[in-house]
Amino acid sequence: MSEQEAVAGHTSHVAHEAHHEELGFWRKYVFSTDHKVIGIQYSVTGLLFLFFGFSLMMLMRWQLAYPGAALPLIGGLFGDARMPGGIMLPEFYNELGAMHGTIMVFLGVVPLAVGGFGNFVVPLQIGAPDMSFPRLNMASYWFFFLGGVTMLVSFFVPGGAAQSGWTSYAPLSVIAGTGQTMWLIGMIFLITSSLLGAINFITTIIQLRAKGLTFMRFPFFVWAQFVTAFLLLMAFPPLEAAGVMQLMDRLAGTSFFLPSGLVVSGQALHNAGGGNPLLWQHLFWFLAHPEVYVLILPAMGIVAEIIANNTRKPLWGYRSMVYSLIFLGFMSFIVWAHHMFMTGMGTAMASFFQTTTMIISIPSVVILTALIISLWGGSIRFNTPMLFATAFLPMFGIGGLTGLPLGLNVADIPLHDTYYVIAHFHYVVAPGTIFALFAGIYYWYPKATGRKMNETLGTIHFLGSFVCMNVVFMPMFWVGLAGVSRRLYDGGAAYQFAQPVLHLNAVSSWGAWIMALFQLPFIFNFFWSIRNGEKTADNNPWQATTIEWAAPSPPPHGNFLEVPQAYRGPYEYSVPGAAKDFVPQYEA
Amino acid sequence: MDIPYTVELRRDTGLNNGKIGIWLFLASEVMLFGALFASYILIRTGAPVWPRGDTVLDVPLATFNTIVLISSSVTMVMAWASLMRRRLGTFRIYMGITILLGAVFLVVKYFEYGHHFSTGEFPSHSNFLALYFTLTGLHMLHVFGGMCVNAYFLGPGSTLWKTNPEWFTNRVENAGLFWHFVDLVWIFLFPTLYLL
Repeated sequence: MSEQEAVAGHTSHVAHEAHHEELGFWRKYVFSTDHKVIGIQYSVTGLLFLFFGFSLMMLMRWQLAYPGAALPLIGGLFGDARMPGGIMLPEFYNELGAMHGTIMVFLGVVPLAVGGFGNFVVPLQIGAPDMSFPRLNMASYWFFFLGGVTMLVSFFVPGGAAQSGWTSYAPLSVIAGTGQTMWLIGMIFLITSSLLGAINFITTIIQLRAKGLTFMRFPFFVWAQFVTAFLLLMAFPPLEAAGVMQLMDRLAGTSFFLPSGLVVSGQALHNAGGGNPLLWQHLFWFLAHPEVYVLILPAMGIVAEIIANNTRKPLWGYRSMVYSLIFLGFMSFIVWAHHMFMTGMGTAMASFFQTTTMIISIPSVVILTALIISLWGGSIRFNTPMLFATAFLPMFGIGGLTGLPLGLNVADIPLHDTYYVIAHFHYVVAPGTIFALFAGIYYWYPKATGRKMNETLGTIHFLGSFVCMNVVFMPMFWVGLAGVSRRLYDGGAAYQFAQPVLHLNAVSSWGAWIMALFQLPFIFNFFWSIRNGEKTADNNPWQATTIEWAAPSPPPHGNFLEVPQAYRGPYEYSVPGAAKDFVPQYEA
Repeated sequence: MDIPYTVELRRDTGLNNGKIGIWLFLASEVMLFGALFASYILIRTGAPVWPRGDTVLDVPLATFNTIVLISSSVTMVMAWASLMRRRLGTFRIYMGITILLGAVFLVVKYFEYGHHFSTGEFPSHSNFLALYFTLTGLHMLHVFGGMCVNAYFLGPGSTLWKTNPEWFTNRVENAGLFWHFVDLVWIFLFPTLYLL
């Protein structure tokens, strides 16, 4: 079929719109193959899991701030097996810790950033009618859902959910309770979901981009999702292999990760032995380091879109940003062992990985610098998305720069097991990525619903979250530099040297609880604005240049009323001599 | 909903969606088996003693199985080639043989596994057997998956032939790529486990 025929096929599909309206409730909203519905399903499920993961952490923060004290009001709800008399047991604390990490990363941020925004925005931004494999797309959501359900159910099996951290280090994870088996099965579902999604994203971006939309005309967000999809595709299978091996260790009695002569609680373990606990760490971090970039790249993409739009300027150094992104994606595969300096690996290995780690900081700095310079001289509109996007820059900056000492073997060894690391990576992911995700929700909400979210509530949400985020995480740098281990159930109370910084634990905790209150305006705003938000006058309320704004809001099944075409680069703002201050990509 | 380039080729990439999709999937599969082979190397180099494969495993049976799988790859190509020549009947015969050969492979594997289990050689016995059962087990799952896909195209999936023969041919080609990949994994597994 020639290109014209393909186009004709597409238009005739639009003419058949009425036919698609006949889909029943289940096919339209639940088992939908429409990328927009799937994107919204991912987003809402992801937001729910983010809130759930946040709640787990709020419970932990009670124990850290007031170790051994009974939790008032709700302490009795968790039963005698977990919190007798409202006092948290160490096993429950471990459960909360492991599941907080797992849920936040695999069920919260990634589904929202990749599954949610990727699904909803990417096909629209490249002018496609849908993803290239719509049914695969639906399958990928439902695998994710199954994985989420498995993780939730694991709280109710005997012995509770996984307790070996989100990293599930062997050999402890191999001899842990049933919850760990559930964790592994849940992870295999989540990995399958990500693989199907990644295949779909790459194919869609390569094949379904509009006529005239060459790679260097892609919005930065599309590039970010493109590189992210490659990371998911290539990094997840090794964890799947590792998961299968750990399942074999747990269920078939093999010894992949169990060394010889292991003694557990004074009893020699009857196993063949000869396995290697470090093998698990290598396979895990081979996924989990690229996973860090899976968490951050879509966030950078969202921030780039919003900054270009609200400074009314082209992105500064678009090409350098794209090349940095690709380089970042490539390098992220060869830095993983900087998470393992503590294992006593040889100096040659450590030197290699600290060198690659220093190198990978360069493209990140290039992207962040380009974003900061993009602000220069712009007449900035500070709406809610822009507030979150600007806050992302210093927050990610703090997270990134505090990571440099961790990349150096010598500096990492005293810092690695302390709260310093918690503060470092949370600055990247929480006020970094999650702020960018909030920015994205406020920014694309009008496209999904035809209405804007309330600005006043948005500003309250932003200011409260911004202050609280720093109250939560900034003190952890001091706690960590004082040498307090990040794995202590009492937050360091048992140690003499930790006494001078112990009061900071309570500061962090109160910051977290108050931050929860500041999420209420967001939750209210999210639902209230569906019906009561300010109606957008046209398809392009932010006067943006990218193709998604050519579609009606909300876009119908098939997205565009006429097949869009790209005539120019993505960020033609304030072009000298143009009639208005933006020239959309899709206007001839 | 008509997704562009499902059947026809996009002019600038020269590909249809399915072809890119299957190659991306195979890339992820390479990483899956790659990680397992890497684990094999790490565990084996760290072991004080390691049995030679042929002292534990049945090399003649595995050689037979290698021939079976390679033949099935040939019949898979013939099945696709028949569709290219617009002969659905011959396609059915070759596809049937491909599935049958897959089944023969699994039956031989069943006897191999059964023999090990009957002599008490379970995965927990040694890391050599642990790797053997994990690697071949995962490979067998892939063989079974490929057989299911092939059976679908032999049976209910072939109705697409009437409405869109070109699309059907492409799908069979993609299923073939997966089948060849599964074959290729075995080509690596056979010497690694049985001969080295």
